[in-house]
Amino acid sequence: MNHPVQSDKPEGDRLSRFPKHIREEWFGRVYVYACVALLIVTIFSIVWFIASRGLNPFISGGLNLSDLLFGRQWNPEGEPPLFGALPFLAGSTATSFIAAAIAAPFGFCAAVFMTQIAPKAGRSILQPAIELLAGIPSVVYGFVGLTVIVPFLRNNFTGQGFGILAGSLVLSIMILPTVTSISTDALGTLPAGLKEGSFALGATRWQTIYRLILPTTLPSLLTGIVLGISRAFGEALAVQMVIGNAPIIPKSLFESAATLTSIITLEMGNTVGGSLHNNVLWSLALILLIMTFLFVFIVRVLERRAKR
Amino acid sequence: MSETAFYTKDLSVFYGEKQAIKKISMDFAAREVIALIGPSGCGKSTFLRSLNRMNDLIAGVRIEGEIWIGGRNINHPGTDVVRLRQNIGMVWQRANPFHKSIYENIVFGPRYHGIRDKRKLDEIVERCLRKTALWDEVKDRLNGSALALSGGQQQRLCIARSLAVQPSILLMDEPASALDPVSTAKIEELIAELKKEYCIVIVTHNMYQAARVSDRTGFFLMGDLVEYDNTQKIFTNPSNRSTDDYISGRFG
Repeated sequence: MNHPVQSDKPEGDRLSRFPKHIREEWFGRVYVYACVALLIVTIFSIVWFIASRGLNPFISGGLNLSDLLFGRQWNPEGEPPLFGALPFLAGSTATSFIAAAIAAPFGFCAAVFMTQIAPKAGRSILQPAIELLAGIPSVVYGFVGLTVIVPFLRNNFTGQGFGILAGSLVLSIMILPTVTSISTDALGTLPAGLKEGSFALGATRWQTIYRLILPTTLPSLLTGIVLGISRAFGEALAVQMVIGNAPIIPKSLFESAATLTSIITLEMGNTVGGSLHNNVLWSLALILLIMTFLFVFIVRVLERRAKR
Repeated sequence: MSETAFYTKDLSVFYGEKQAIKKISMDFAAREVIALIGPSGCGKSTFLRSLNRMNDLIAGVRIEGEIWIGGRNINHPGTDVVRLRQNIGMVWQRANPFHKSIYENIVFGPRYHGIRDKRKLDEIVERCLRKTALWDEVKDRLNGSALALSGGQQQRLCIARSLAVQPSILLMDEPASALDPVSTAKIEELIAELKKEYCIVIVTHNMYQAARVSDRTGFFLMGDLVEYDNTQKIFTNPSNRSTDDYISGRFG
């Protein structure tokens, strides 16, 4: 379309030093930069806040880093107080990795079903169902876990039902949407013709999925799993409701345990701000933050490998 | 011409209600190159894809008629398509190497079919790469990624890959149309060489290519096989008016 060359704008606007399009340009620019600046400041303040509180026990509280990371005794009100966070580190790691191990095959199979086997039924039934899982509040997951999974484990296995396994099972359902949607995206972006190339060599559908599609999309699938682990690591409420919250390293999956997040939510309200106990909880939060950075870093590395 | 490798009888392909291929009967001899030409959308690629049942993968496609290979009509549900596709290799316009090493690309098919012996696999790799004139270019980097090869090399790798399962028929869907002239020439040399062992059916938009590489040419128009004859006759003295028009560039 050709616009008329002559301008029909009022004379004053055309002659002013800041015509409309330049003012708009500046408005947009200032707005975007201001938002970004505010975001960056917010993120750095949060990190600074957590770090300053979390490092306090080591600087002025006389706590050793190794005591915190490798100590097995958690007794903050004892004499002397003991802050061994190893049980929580172990609990968090165990629950999130077991959850990922449970969710990964399901997520991958769901993704294969939705992209390779029944795209129509997958997209209209399975995908909305799994997306729905992502929208359920975590307290509901915890509640269901408490009423269904814990009694089931208690009645069929040893122990009270509370423990690592109960936490892992609840978490695995919670991270299923993450794993599934990333796997689905990965399978959807397979280069055209790859599958046909395999079929034309006489491969069956399953051989193609196992030998070609799975290895080709592996870095992206791992990205989904790492993001799932990261989400499981940070989940507090649902886990707290089913894990039993005993600050010990359990000897089996059916014994009560605790995670970094569950201990923070549990004890935060009972401590006085500025006390050593309160500050050590911030140290646990700092560990969570560092773990999250680590997961983000791993995802970045995987994505770079996936692109190659 | 030597013995018939395979033939179709009244082969029709429907996409839903639309008939893309109308009752085509064609015969293909062993050690012969057959070119399929015709304007875009005339059904030549659809016809080609029906020959190794690749159209099965597309929802809503119905194929009627017969395809006879080795005394068997392969166009019925009971056919073992895995066996069939082992016998009929296929190469596409866009080279589609797997995201694996050159070596792994070649042994991909043989592994499917149960060959595990490392020495045998090594032999297959060398034989197939020599046949496609790739051996000297890549023998020092067999474990390097196939995606690092040039477009022409990738296409020859895909041909080598399809040879690895020992087919007797090769289907090529515009194998050189995405390549530069030098790579195209190499593919055409390769076709001439492979003709000594295989029956090759090639779909091409390039009529010079059809004239250069093929023994017989079939001209497709709107889902019909208008004319099928010796390439020389088609290009110098076609019996059908529309063939003449297409060849001389009056449409298409």
